[in-house]
Amino acid sequence: MTAADPTLESLIGVPRSEPMRVGRIVVGVAVATLVVFMVRAFALGEIEWSWVARYLTAYAILVGFANTLIMTAGAMALGIALGLAAALMGLSEDPTTRAVAKGYVWFFRGIPIYLQLLLWFNLALVFPTLGIPGLAEVRTVDAMTPFLAALLGLGVCQGAYTAEVIRAGILSGDVGQIEAARAVGMRRGQVMRHIVLPQTLRIIAPPIGNEVIGMLKHSSIAAVIGYQEVMHTASMLHFVNNRVIEMLIVCSIWYLVTVTLLTIGQSLVERRLGRSLGRRTAAAPVAEEGAGA
Amino acid sequence: MTAAIRARGIRKSFGPVEVLRGIDLDVAEGEVLGLIGPSGSGKSTLLRCLNSLDDIDDGDLRVNGEIVGHVWEKGRLRRMDDRRLAEQRRGTGMVFQRFNLFAHMTVLENVVCGPVRVLGRDRRAACEAGRAHLARVGLADFCERYPAELSGGQQQRVAIARAIAMDPKILLFDEPTSALDPELVDEVLTTMRDLAVQGRTMVVVTHELAFARDVCDRIAFLDGGRVVETGPAPAFFAVISPHRVVQFDC
Repeated sequence: MTAADPTLESLIGVPRSEPMRVGRIVVGVAVATLVVFMVRAFALGEIEWSWVARYLTAYAILVGFANTLIMTAGAMALGIALGLAAALMGLSEDPTTRAVAKGYVWFFRGIPIYLQLLLWFNLALVFPTLGIPGLAEVRTVDAMTPFLAALLGLGVCQGAYTAEVIRAGILSGDVGQIEAARAVGMRRGQVMRHIVLPQTLRIIAPPIGNEVIGMLKHSSIAAVIGYQEVMHTASMLHFVNNRVIEMLIVCSIWYLVTVTLLTIGQSLVERRLGRSLGRRTAAAPVAEEGAGA
Repeated sequence: MTAAIRARGIRKSFGPVEVLRGIDLDVAEGEVLGLIGPSGSGKSTLLRCLNSLDDIDDGDLRVNGEIVGHVWEKGRLRRMDDRRLAEQRRGTGMVFQRFNLFAHMTVLENVVCGPVRVLGRDRRAACEAGRAHLARVGLADFCERYPAELSGGQQQRVAIARAIAMDPKILLFDEPTSALDPELVDEVLTTMRDLAVQGRTMVVVTHELAFARDVCDRIAFLDGGRVVETGPAPAFFAVISPHRVVQFDC
């Protein structure tokens, strides 16, 4: 670099580069050091990695993790169904319907999930039998298996949270489009189904994805009522083999792998939902624009 | 001529503000009526009352021979239920200031969604008709685009095609060119002019005085929630005290 100003036009064709970023290098080195330290600590710590490798694909662990996935899918499905119902009810014109939705969210958001699971599991203390008296009755103790109690506990509680997410999504919709749909002659239900909800989907996809990932991990709490998910299995194993940290690492790996896959899936879903609305530039040729821009 | 719209003593308040203070108005079938007036004079509110997007507080309002939004029942007017309201709204089509196209649907889907969902038409036939409607507003090549990819003028023409696709007896326009860049206004006005020539009943809230004069059969001038002047379009602009019209056209 010369001290004197270059003469006019002498900068045409000169190569250009990014500014010097010293901070980046410093932070990069610091992070790398930390990572090396952590890896070293785990490598030299009292961890028998051969046990981790052996148990990673052990049958009991695989069954346990499959149960975790089943519980996640089931509880989320129940949660979304209940959440959608509660959100729509919360926006109803009928005051009783609104009150029911509000009460549901209030109650199930207000009690710790741990406690809710215990309540469902011990439902027999309140309702000794379930079903229609005299016709189809079961003893609650028999019906309320750990699986069912966990599914209801996690799903019903999730619904209370999802209701708020969906309600927010619906409320963020464009009032003008709703009026246009009414003007075309659509009934309330049709406006909701064909105009509002499809657009809500795009808005609620990120928080719902977040909640699926949350549920994957929260479902481990079902271990307290004896549901055989992966954490439950892992603790059963380390009671016997005394390899506590190894079993926990096995679980961590499975959780991390699954969360990674879910994250990828989420971004695919979001990209697909953003098709019509991601392209904001009016009247510009859009076909050649990259996705995610 | 039969009346498409008959209004007597229409009143409407938003909270403490009375926006419509006894509107009397008639629109004949096939007539094109221009609603003009200063901002806040109630012209958009009046238009929205014609298809029950807003509900009047008092007065007798009949559109296509039906009482708007209510059912006459043993000496009282009962608000229509959702189903009947939706059925009644099929008789009118509306074009909004801000287009209000369905953002998640392609242009063609916007146009056919009413006929398919509301009228229960066969999708393929509706698409064919929809393409024809879009061709008529000059957008045959835009069927598979999304609204966000279109200019304001193009979006408004899609909105017009969407309204026509339902084949309503009356078309309502709520300041259809006010949200447009000046150079895009003409394409929308031309489309509306074509519709007017076809003999559709139209009520147009507008600030485009030249358009009102050239295309409308009759003009109603609103001020302070009342119709203060009404008359055949050419005569209206010739006779009315010029300063009054000039005053509001700021």
